[in-house]
Amino acid sequence: MGMPKKRVIVNRYRCAYCGACIAVCKFNANELVETFLMIDEEKCNGCGICVKVCPMNALEVVS
Amino acid sequence: MKYDVVVIGAGPGGSLAARTCAEKGLSVLLVEKRQEIGAPVRCAEGIGKKDLQRFVEIDRKFIAAEVIGAKIYAPDGTEITLTEEMAGNEVGYVLERKIFDRHLARLAAKAGADVMVKTTAVGMERTRDGVKVKLRRMGEEFDVECKIVIGADGVESRVAKWAGIDTTLKLDEIESCVQYLMTGIDFDPEYCHFWFGNNIAPGGYVWLFPKGNGSANVGIGVMPALANKSPKDYLDEFVDNHFPDGKIVEVVAGAVPVKGEIETAVADNVMLVGDAARHADPITGGGIANAMKAGYYAGIVAAEAIQKGDYSAKTLRKYDELWKNDFGKDLARKRKLQQKLIKMDDETLNKIMHSLAKCKLEEISVKAIIKEVLKKHPKLLWDLKDLFL
Repeated sequence: MGMPKKRVIVNRYRCAYCGACIAVCKFNANELVETFLMIDEEKCNGCGICVKVCPMNALEVVS
Repeated sequence: MKYDVVVIGAGPGGSLAARTCAEKGLSVLLVEKRQEIGAPVRCAEGIGKKDLQRFVEIDRKFIAAEVIGAKIYAPDGTEITLTEEMAGNEVGYVLERKIFDRHLARLAAKAGADVMVKTTAVGMERTRDGVKVKLRRMGEEFDVECKIVIGADGVESRVAKWAGIDTTLKLDEIESCVQYLMTGIDFDPEYCHFWFGNNIAPGGYVWLFPKGNGSANVGIGVMPALANKSPKDYLDEFVDNHFPDGKIVEVVAGAVPVKGEIETAVADNVMLVGDAARHADPITGGGIANAMKAGYYAGIVAAEAIQKGDYSAKTLRKYDELWKNDFGKDLARKRKLQQKLIKMDDETLNKIMHSLAKCKLEEISVKAIIKEVLKKHPKLLWDLKDLFL
């Protein structure tokens, strides 16, 4: 049994689809599809760098 | 579908690139992932007068306001007014990007470029003599073949990654931004306004850019590496203190790359333009002017490469030369200046700004301001003196 995997979730009501999170993710885990932020759970390791850059406080690391 | 060039992203950089390619006789497709070009805006919309005039005829339709100078507020609240020697001349415009971006895209179309909106580039692969770009439009995927891809896909650029140019930003290479369009606030509409301070906007600043009819863009950029709360929290605090009765009629967010000059914006078959190439100014955060210049240069080089039938990185390197000679060096020295400024405490910032009180500058530019500071406090920026004098 491994540790529960960390991942990032997006609060859709706060996200202003600006792309800041994408610019800092070296795992290419997130993508702005038009104006909809998608986070690829396979690629995201929950490092949380995107949480720090989000202007709207819309992202959160969860286990 | 086959084109000489596919341009990804229809901001000012992409549209200028597409227009230039078309004017040079290339077949070009301009692709925009959003359903509306120019919206949602991710920009404070300010630009210098000369920079704008270089590539586009001024049309009142996309000018929201004109300004004659800047007012800077030191951390202790001291107000400093900066104007140019040639008093009375407007030095800058505040654009209506929704109209401006569409205007530029239309100019590209008029020159002969094809345009597709609500169309996302989802991948790219090199073929024997070019590139296959995978596009998705309203859920349907299809391929477009071309010789050259111009990535003008913004701060979140995917083209850069696909081409193997690592432009991932660190937390001290990006400004995280929020902006409110506000009405019912009291300000001098003849000026752009800037507030500095480590408690107001760590590693960045708060701006107010007039947009006509008593409204203004009130926004903030902070450097995430130095911030201890989100930009929105900082901005809300600022608005509560300065414009408690103002009404917010629009909210936009964004991020500005402030990494400075990158080593190369070129790979085989690929050129990057504007924010995708980290072309924004590390001090001011301004990006429109450089993006348009870069788009123009990329178009010129694309035409030359197509003519030669050689789309290798080696040939496209000419584009690197052009943008680096024009503004690359400026990006590099502004990055150095930024590294210095972000380490200054409020007391030092106050001292610097007080020395600028009522300055008549040759022009309103970071360079001109730094020259003044160097005259009065040579020690503070001593190691930068050769870069700015």
